[in-house]
Formats: sequence, C-alpha cells, structure tokens
Amino acid sequence: MSLEIAQGEFFGLLGPNGAGKTTLISIVAGLARADAGSVSILGTDVAAEYRRARRLLGIVPQELVFDPFFTVRETLRFQSGYFGIRRNDAWIDEVMHYLDLTSKADVNMRALSGGMKRRVLVAQALVHKPPVIVLDEPTAGVDVELRQGLWHFVRRLNRDGHTVVLTTHYLEEAESLCTRIAMLKAGRVVALDSTRNLLASFSGLYLKLALEREALPEALAARLVGREGARVTLRLDSYAEIEAVLAGLREAGVGVTEFELEQPDLEEVFMSVMGRP
Amino acid sequence: MTGFATLFYKELLRFWKVGFQTMAAPVLTALLYLLIFAHALEGRVNVYQDVRYTAFLVPGLVMMSVLQNAFANSSSSLIQSKITGNLVFVLLAPVSYLEFFCAYVLASMARAMAVGLGVLAAAAWFVELRFDAPLWAFAFALLGSALLGTLGLVAGIRAERFDQLAGFQNFVILPLTFLSGVFYSIHSLPEFWQTLSHANPFFYMIDGFRYGFFGVSDVSPVVSLAVVGLSFVLVAAATLWMLKRGYKLRG
Repeated sequence: MSLEIAQGEFFGLLGPNGAGKTTLISIVAGLARADAGSVSILGTDVAAEYRRARRLLGIVPQELVFDPFFTVRETLRFQSGYFGIRRNDAWIDEVMHYLDLTSKADVNMRALSGGMKRRVLVAQALVHKPPVIVLDEPTAGVDVELRQGLWHFVRRLNRDGHTVVLTTHYLEEAESLCTRIAMLKAGRVVALDSTRNLLASFSGLYLKLALEREALPEALAARLVGREGARVTLRLDSYAEIEAVLAGLREAGVGVTEFELEQPDLEEVFMSVMGRP
Repeated sequence: MTGFATLFYKELLRFWKVGFQTMAAPVLTALLYLLIFAHALEGRVNVYQDVRYTAFLVPGLVMMSVLQNAFANSSSSLIQSKITGNLVFVLLAPVSYLEFFCAYVLASMARAMAVGLGVLAAAAWFVELRFDAPLWAFAFALLGSALLGTLGLVAGIRAERFDQLAGFQNFVILPLTFLSGVFYSIHSLPEFWQTLSHANPFFYMIDGFRYGFFGVSDVSPVVSLAVVGLSFVLVAAATLWMLKRGYKLRG
C-alpha cells in the first residue's frame, strides 16, 4: 500500500470491515508494527522518531474506551501530561466548550453516556493541538445531534489548517466532508482520488420517470435499469441524452407525468469499486 | 519528564482513590494474621533466643504486605487498563518505555510503603518493636517492593485475562511468600526444606528485612541484599526489553 495525504486535507479512508483501515491507523499511531515499509508524518518516521511523530498526531480510537477512576477534567489533564504539557487548562476549557463538555468537567467518566464519552475521546486527541487528526469511525453508534456537532467542530479544525483523516462506514458522511478518498479492500488501495473525480468517474445519471402507461419504446429498453409498473429508471451517460430520451417517448406517444434526475452517490461508487474482482 | 511525572501521579491517584481497598484492607488482613498467629503460637515456637514470637512475626508480616501490595498494584493497574482498553491513551503518547516502567514501579513501591508503614504502626499497638538496624530494613523494603512491582508489571504484560493474573498471584507469589519464613525461622525446618528455602528469593527479602529489626538473621544481610538486588536487575532488564519491543502491548 502506498498512500500520501497532503497537509490540510480532509481525507477519507473507506472500506468494508477487515479491509485494513484500523490496522493502517494502528501502524501510523505506533500501536502496531508494520512487517515491512514505513510511515512518516510531516516528514517524521513513526518508528524511528516515535516521540516526535506522536506529538504530531491526535487519534480518536474506534472503541469507546475510558478510565473509570477519573473525571473528565482529570482525564484531559493526564492526557496533556503524557504529551509533556503542563498547565494546559486554558486549552482544555476551550476544547470542552466546543465539544459541549463544560458542564461535565467534574463528572466521573463512568457516569457519562456513550455520546459524551465519545466527545471526551475527541477532546483527548486534541489536548496537544496536533496538526494531524485521525478519527477512526467516530460516529459509529452516535446520535444525530452529536454527529452534526462533531462534524461542525472537525470541519472548523480542518479550516484552521489541521489535516483530518477519517474512516467511516457512513458514506454520505465521507461524501460531504472529505476532499479526497482512498478505498481499501483486503489491505490494498483499490481507489484513490478526489471525491469529485470518484463520483465523476462513476459516470452516468439516473432518470426516473412515471409514464402515462406501461409502454417503453423499444429504443429505450437498453437503458432500463429499474421498472415498477409505469415507473421506470433509465440510465444516461450525460445530461445531453435527456433530450433524446424525451424525444423518443414523444414519438411513441407516451406521456410523462413525473420526472426526476439522480446523480450517483459515493455508495454506488463504493459498491462498484468493491465489486470489482 | 512530564510524561513520567504524569503517569506516576495518575498511578498514585488511582490507588489513592480506592484507598479503602488498596491500603486499609491489606493492613487489616495483616493485623488479623498477627492476632491469630500470635494467639496460637506465642510461647510454642522458638525463633531467635531473646525475641518473642509475636515480635518476630511483625517484620515478616510487614514485608509480606509490602511485597504483595507492590505486586498487586502494578499488575492490577496494567491488566485493568489493558482489558478496558484505556492503556491506548499512554501508548498513543510520546511516553518512553523507561518512563512507563519507572512510573508503574515507583507507584507500586509507594503503595507498598504506605501499606507497610500502616501494618507497622498498627502492630506497634500490640507488640513492643525494636529497630536495631533500620537502614537495612528500609533498603530491603525499597528493593523488595521494586522487585515485586516489576514482577507485577511482567504479570500484567503477559496476562490477557483477570484469571491468568489471579493464577500467577495464587500459584506463584502467594506460595513463595508464605514459604519464605514470614511465620517461622527456616532453621526450624528439616534440612531439605532449609536448602530449598535458599532457592526462594522471597526468603532473602524477609530475612534481610527482619535483620533491620533484631540485628539477627538466618543469612548475612549483605548476601540477602545482593540476591535481591541481582534479582531486581535481572527482572527489570527483562521487563524493559519487553516494554521496548512492545511485547503484548503493541501488536
């Protein structure tokens, strides 16, 4: 696997379970050793210069882990200390404010809901203001409100210059957030491009029509991808073809009562890429 | 240095927050041993010529508590962090393996000392104590707790489940402490068992520690200190090697 992520990018790492997303992140974070090859963060090798590399990296782990002995504030102070930062309360307060954790500052971790624990994990990853932030499926099992709040915050971090790497199962999330995407399958990169290009490469549009009667002209049958009575879905290669389809229907004397045009989404790209042998 | 200081402080706070379980309970346990054994055996067991059995028993119990708690602290802290997964917070941070080692072992020593002093203070109510060579006692307590704190770290690193850790504690640590001369002088044993006791490093820790109280011991405190010191160096080197490689901690 060879992969380069530019500074300041919002990068998506997609793939089915077992594709190697978390393994890749573990190697980057120094939690696992690579059998071969190397990883560097802003020019710093993660194995040879592990202390420097870890300071550049903020990881939000996938598992909802916490230390039941401590409060939210203690947890964040300890995390600062592990990164060599003393008296970090001003920044801790700011992070807690943005993640809506201020009212829970002195509450024991055990007493927090799952969503709140997830926010603390995000806060922990940010205590040392890392230039690179990796979120490993941060919204798995998280309610809509938190998800929105979290993305708002992460977008802001990205605008402020942080590089963000995201793994997620929610493709619409990757589609709306990431500027570039890598798709992994069985430990290999099977697609790597900007989100826009990936969507464009899966060229084509879906034209959904409701016809007056169940009579699709012969000439359009090759485009048919779905049919439910008089409702049909046709596949087009470009917008220019709409004209020809409508003309064909007019000639056959079939009227159109409803008209809807759909663009492919990342899910289709994903399914198509993953389906390749 | 901040990484070490933070991890050390976190480890201290961890056992302090549950002090009833981590400090008060072992003091009570040792006190119960003292009351029962003293009642049952005082006047029936002859140890050193001018030392009463109860007085003989106290240093043994203090050291046993020191050793067991040093082991319990690092091993239980590490296995809990491993099983709940929160060890990842330390593993993700730029904390070196040496800082990691020192923080866990020193925190174990701190708990061990606190419990040891607690047992000593409580025992002083019942028995008149003497301190013929207190520096020796202190040296053995320090080195013994460091050794057991390190062994706890090894057990915590190796174990993947709580029952594996309990197995190590019940089938290795407990027999070795009980058979080390906490409750008797090994001179009262048949020759075969005396010889075998010399192969038990716990024997040297208890015997050397007791020397600090009565100025008498089964073997020379210098020899004991050398055995304990060498054991610590060997175990610490092995542990540091494991930590450096990330054995069972980093995949």
